[in-house]
Amino acid sequence: MEIVPIRPPVEILLGEDNPGDVYIVRSSLTDSKLHHNFYQVNDGEAVMAYLHQEQGYQNVTLPDLILLDLNLPKKNGFEVLEEIKADLKLKTIPVVILTSSNAEQDILRSYQLCANSYIVKPSDYFVFFQAIKNIEIFWLNLAKLPPKLVSNSN
Amino acid sequence: MSLSQSNQALDILLCEDNLGDVYIITNALRESQIKYNLNHVTNGEAAMAYLQQQEDYPTVPRPDLVLLDLNLPKKPGLEVLQAIKSDPNLKAIPVIILTSSKAEQDILKCYQHYASCFVTKPFDFEEFASAIKKIENFWLNLVQLPPKFAPHGSS
Repeated sequence: MEIVPIRPPVEILLGEDNPGDVYIVRSSLTDSKLHHNFYQVNDGEAVMAYLHQEQGYQNVTLPDLILLDLNLPKKNGFEVLEEIKADLKLKTIPVVILTSSNAEQDILRSYQLCANSYIVKPSDYFVFFQAIKNIEIFWLNLAKLPPKLVSNSN
Repeated sequence: MSLSQSNQALDILLCEDNLGDVYIITNALRESQIKYNLNHVTNGEAAMAYLQQQEDYPTVPRPDLVLLDLNLPKKPGLEVLQAIKSDPNLKAIPVIILTSSKAEQDILKCYQHYASCFVTKPFDFEEFASAIKKIENFWLNLVQLPPKFAPHGSS
């Protein structure tokens, strides 16, 4: 099947500090036929700096999709999620939680903070790789992502 | 395989007035490996009564997942979405918008009101069935849904 890009590349931001997990996500997406740009930051403060286009991220484009670990240094994933979903300019961006935690309170809290979906990282490399493919098929292929906002109003 | 999904059947609430669409969705989910109960209402007021266990629905289970059409009689889907997401007891339930609309304004409004995702129904029967399979693969097989019995008022 031929995929014809009808819009600019999909911008994906990964907030993840574990290099092994970054590698899996990156390589799974690199295989993709989908036209996309992939960015990764290591901690929660960097996620917010990126999204507010501050401190070294002045020229980045707002992502179309965020993959967010919960256990991040400096500012944890819950705080990042809460800030995103309370910000008029950022709240529409889908945030997929991608974490090793399967604790019920983490799942519930994430959904209460308006996470768009919650995925537990599979411990097996191959299954993890497939999970990223599944995310790609659903979010980048089937779901309609929000249109890019032109205005800068907050 | 997620923990809370391994034993108990998932309760899915489908809010859809087009019976042809209901037929396609029901059929596409039939071969699922996941145990689920698909419950169906045909208008927005019934969706709210179901979710709040009122009127004709005093004993129904709280859904684990909602599939919501936008163009519903009595109460539009967007209002149902807003009502779910402003109710502390319901807001954690993921709401999948499944609509014939692909208008940017609709997409944007749904995400602004915390829809989990927005899927446009394909016109073609087979593509529609395939879209439901993708929803199933992602939401029923991969995603960890909120725990069944959410502690009341927890945050």
